[in-house]
Amino acid sequence: MAAPAIDTTLAPRSEAPVKPRKTYLNADYSVSSWLLTVDHKRIAILYLVSILVFFFLGGLFAAGVRLELLTPKGDLLQADTYNKFFTMHGIIMVFFFLVPSIPATLGNFLVPMMIGARDLAFPRVNLLSWYIFILGGAFTLVAVVGGGVDTGWTFYTPYSTTYSTSNVMPAAIGIFITGFSSILTGLNFIVTIHRMRAPGLTWFRLPLFIWAHYATSLIFVLGTPVIAITIFLVGLERGLHIGIFDPALGGDPVLFQHLFWFYSHPAVYIMILPGMGVVSEIITCFARKPIFGYSFIALSSVAIAVLGFVVWGHHLFTSSQSVYAALIFSVLSYVVAIPSAVKVFNWIATLYRGAISFEAPMLYALGFIGLFTIGGLTGLFVAAVGFDLHVHDTYFVVAHFHYIMVGGAVLAFLGGLHFWWPKMFGRMYPEAWAKVAAIIVFIGFNLTFFPQFILGYLGMPRRYHAYPDEFQVLNVLSTAGASILAVGYLMPFCYLLWSLKYGALAPANPWQASGLEWLTPSPPPTENFAETPIVTEDPYHYGTDDDAEAVHVA
Amino acid sequence: MRAYDFPLFPEQASTMAPQVDYLYFFLIAVSLFFCLIIAGTLIGFSIKFRRTPTNRIGHRIHGSTLLEVAWSIIPFGITMVIFFWGAWLFFAQARPPDNAHEVFVVGKQWMWKLQHMEGRREINELHVPVGQSVRLTMTSEDVIHSFYVPAFRTKFDVLPGRYTTAWFNATKPGEYHLFCAEYCGTQHAGMIGKVVVMEPAAFQNWLSEPPPIVSMVENVAAPSSGGAPLSPVAAGEALFTQKACLTCHQPQGGALGPSLVNVYGSTVKLADGSTVTADDAYIRESILNSASKIVAGFQPVMPTFQGQLTEEQVMQLIQYIKSLKTTPPAGQAQNPPAAADSAS
Amino acid sequence: MSLEQTTPYVAHHFDDAEQQHDASSLGMWVFLVTEVMFFGGLFTTYVVYRTAYPEAFHGASHELNVTIGFFNTLVLLTSSLTMALSVHAAQVSKRGMLVVNLFLTMVLGNVFLGVKAYEYWHKWHEHLIPGPHFVYHGADPVHAQLFFSLYFAMTGLHALHMIVGEVLLGILLLRAAQGMFNKYYYTPVEMSGLYWHFVDLVWIFLFPLLYLIGRH
Ligand code: HEA
Ligand code: HEA
Ligand code: HEC
Ligand code: CUA
Ligand SMILES: [Cu+2]
Repeated sequence: MAAPAIDTTLAPRSEAPVKPRKTYLNADYSVSSWLLTVDHKRIAILYLVSILVFFFLGGLFAAGVRLELLTPKGDLLQADTYNKFFTMHGIIMVFFFLVPSIPATLGNFLVPMMIGARDLAFPRVNLLSWYIFILGGAFTLVAVVGGGVDTGWTFYTPYSTTYSTSNVMPAAIGIFITGFSSILTGLNFIVTIHRMRAPGLTWFRLPLFIWAHYATSLIFVLGTPVIAITIFLVGLERGLHIGIFDPALGGDPVLFQHLFWFYSHPAVYIMILPGMGVVSEIITCFARKPIFGYSFIALSSVAIAVLGFVVWGHHLFTSSQSVYAALIFSVLSYVVAIPSAVKVFNWIATLYRGAISFEAPMLYALGFIGLFTIGGLTGLFVAAVGFDLHVHDTYFVVAHFHYIMVGGAVLAFLGGLHFWWPKMFGRMYPEAWAKVAAIIVFIGFNLTFFPQFILGYLGMPRRYHAYPDEFQVLNVLSTAGASILAVGYLMPFCYLLWSLKYGALAPANPWQASGLEWLTPSPPPTENFAETPIVTEDPYHYGTDDDAEAVHVA
Repeated sequence: MRAYDFPLFPEQASTMAPQVDYLYFFLIAVSLFFCLIIAGTLIGFSIKFRRTPTNRIGHRIHGSTLLEVAWSIIPFGITMVIFFWGAWLFFAQARPPDNAHEVFVVGKQWMWKLQHMEGRREINELHVPVGQSVRLTMTSEDVIHSFYVPAFRTKFDVLPGRYTTAWFNATKPGEYHLFCAEYCGTQHAGMIGKVVVMEPAAFQNWLSEPPPIVSMVENVAAPSSGGAPLSPVAAGEALFTQKACLTCHQPQGGALGPSLVNVYGSTVKLADGSTVTADDAYIRESILNSASKIVAGFQPVMPTFQGQLTEEQVMQLIQYIKSLKTTPPAGQAQNPPAAADSAS
Repeated sequence: MSLEQTTPYVAHHFDDAEQQHDASSLGMWVFLVTEVMFFGGLFTTYVVYRTAYPEAFHGASHELNVTIGFFNTLVLLTSSLTMALSVHAAQVSKRGMLVVNLFLTMVLGNVFLGVKAYEYWHKWHEHLIPGPHFVYHGADPVHAQLFFSLYFAMTGLHALHMIVGEVLLGILLLRAAQGMFNKYYYTPVEMSGLYWHFVDLVWIFLFPLLYLIGRH
């Protein structure tokens, strides 16, 4: 079938919401039909449930951290417990929540649908990746339950290999294993995007969500193996006492830092690029306009992915790398910031002369733009070598990355989840509740993390459970904000669950959005499309041409 | 107790502090500028182009290469200003000036051990004179730590197995926080102390006054001769005999090992034909693991002293070897120009 | 020669056999790229330490037996040849030749692993396994130990890849004997071949880096 013209003009809806008879959700109800599924949509759901569990676990540790920091003395948690809390918070949030968050859930669900395919190229590999994820998660949970890890999520040597007495091994094994699930997901996406596009869907007709996932997959595939081998070496040194990084055994601890950040800096782009893809989709849809500067946004994703591999040394400004290395990494960090800035400006320009409405996904997307900008701009602060000597390893850095990872990536995840919720489950979420939650998250977030910039510049080091008295007021503010934030997160959790049963039935295309995924019923049938769609036009076919001078400004 | 008098801005107490703060203000200005533009347009457009019964469809605008170029080039130009500014500050921070007051810092889970060139040692407290550069030579006995004084806007990692340097020039007498900024284990948050900046005269007094009984920790260095503390050079000299270095390293040469007079700062020929500059790092390696670099014309017979000397003792030996000059040093604090720090 | 299966199996989500084959081969290449990065981390570590401690690395390298290493290199190269012949046999539907060559490849792989095991045993005997019991009489034992750490990490990971390859070959052999592969469907043989060649290639780098340094 040729793609039926999508009604993106917001004419009154003609289609009545009909519950499709056979969907991927009701095809089979048995447990084994879920645990042995090779349907990318079901695997996406499996991932969604798992990462949400990890998110709340990571959130609980964050709650512990924030509660301890209410008072300057270590009253609530012992030093040792606190160290384990922030370590497990970081490990769980990064490796088990944020890295897989958008790619493995929304990405798994949408990549095949957006390109008009019936599944990912390797469905069984996809299922395998989930099992690997769960296995890695299990090891990490063993580490948590068995007493925790206290190395920080960065595992710096020789502390992690020689001195720490906590459960470093199970945690390292968990991260090592989970890495392979990322690799497999990335491999699957790359092959799928290369080989499975519907007829007529050329590269520059791909939705920006796909471009973002393509770029992310490149990092998955090129970066993750390096963290795997690094963690492997840490395991060797710790387990067998063979020297690799410990100077007492002839090794070089800074080499570990280089290898670690060679993955972990690109990994921060794994965490943000998919979110940028989500935001691009949402903004055009609710502004009823084609995206501004399509090819610039598309290529900037690839540019970020590639350049992201050459800036790792900006985490080592104080680590005694050579002065010239530091300068090169500094200047490259500024180069990699430009594609991000380009994206932000293009999103703003997309709003210009739009017909904007403010459903919850749009609120999240707009919140993303603001908070990501602040996070990114403070990235420019810390990339200035002379400046970073002061704020490195203080709360300034903590604030920087939470602005991007929570204010940016988590908001994009929530926005995307609301946006595609009707497609995934065939139910609408309650709009009013969702708007309120989005606003609460935004307020709570800023109250939590803005004071941390000030704290950082004042000099409060990170990973301190006790601190001088004069930092208390700002810490109390931050903890207060975190409680608001927790409410903001719990709300969607509740009303989204509620909507599964009681939400209004969703039509195939509730937002009158363009994009192949909206062509099939909600929720889609197992095969996604009754017939392979044929694509004949560019993406984001929103808006009108009638205002002739609006077509091309400049 | 003083919970309600809380600062929003750190004290400026070194020559570096205002410099870093200027960059900070500039960065805040740049951020405000972009935040205002972005928030302004975002909110402005959201209001002006919101969906209304008469405005239901957006305009099909696909882009503008001119704008794309503009909003790539302009931010890039601004970031380059930030980069050069930050680089310039970094150069200033990386090059300790000559004639600095020298302090040796050993980080250890979870305390700071400091020793002044003149001999006085302290723990978790550093006394320095106002208006004079202070240069720190730092190493760690176990894991990585980081020496951080917010009021001076300076921080540098302290690593096991190598020397790093940092310096500052305090401008205001007072007491300032000293933090360990690199996570180093359970009591990381307890690895704190204070820097006491004193008037020069008071500092000189303090330097020469007999120390309070320090031995709350094992006072490993200097043979406890009682009385005034040994300077690192003197302690090193004692060690040199005590550890039998002297048997192989006679001042006039001729023993198993080379004479160490005038070695420091010189260029040493190695057995494999390459050369190295005998800086702190080289001497340190020669002592702890002499086999990794063999001096031309000698056999690799020197035993390894790894594990037999504490970091403080190694530092003292180095200071002693540094002091072995044919023209006897006038004072104590000498700074051979070749002692370029190994980081640069 | 049974050709009962002339139309190959196409999974439900592919349009045709060609798309399926293209997807598999791209997937394999991407996988090999991840493998390159995986070993790349180790090679980087090696290069860093060797540059820092050339003497120690040269000295320690002399503890390795070049003859044995060279023999193993030949074994592995031959196995690459038989693997290439297997792929060819599958492509031209020669079942007997396919089975024989797969079998030979497996045997050669096992010879390699056996020799490797002997080398390890020998190192164990000479206390050259890094760790508390490491004994080394040459210059700079601390950094010589680094060399051995890397030697075991690198050849050990390589051997692990060989073992995985052996398992793959075993499965292929069974399926080939059942007549699964023919000129219409030989993707698994081809992909396993790529993998096997890659593992060989790693060894081609490992051999000079570990055995031959300092022996110009
Ligand atoms: C998703 C995660 C994410 C992302 C996207 C980024 C993005 C960036 N990060 Fe961040 N970073 C982290 C997560 C992230 N970071 C984490 C987790 C750490 C700490 C790890 C740890 O130690 O535990 C860290 C630490 C960190 C450091 C080390 C600090 C230290 O430890 O001392 C540095 C230093 O250069 C840095 C820089 C940058 C830069 C330049 C960007 C840029 O890519 C940002 C680009 C974005 C913009 C610039 C915003 C858009 C701006 C505009 C529209 C305005 C106009 C633009 C200009 C004037 C250029 N980051
Ligand atoms: C990747 C994603 C990610 C996310 C989403 C978060 C989310 C949050 N983070 Fe985290 N954080 C990191 C990544 C992340 N963080 C990393 C990598 C580090 C560095 C670790 C290290 O140094 O090694 C770090 C470190 C870190 C610190 C510094 C600790 C230290 O250095 O001593 C702090 C302190 O405030 C903090 C706070 C928070 C808070 C309040 C949230 C909030 O957004 C979370 C709010 C969520 C909830 C609260 C859960 C939902 C609610 C419930 C489950 C109900 C129960 C709740 C209560 C009873 C209150 N984080
Ligand atoms: C058994 C004899 C022996 C003893 C004991 C010994 N050394 Fe050495 N040392 C040598 C020899 C031989 C060399 C030259 C070969 C080499 O570089 O290893 C050497 C080299 C050195 C060098 C490098 C000199 C240069 O010219 O570059 C230094 C520094 C040094 N030793 C310091 C010490 C110190 C400090 C001690 C005691 C703690 C000590 N040595 C004990 C034999 C010895
Ligand atoms: Cu020492 Cu932290
Ligand atoms: Cu980074």
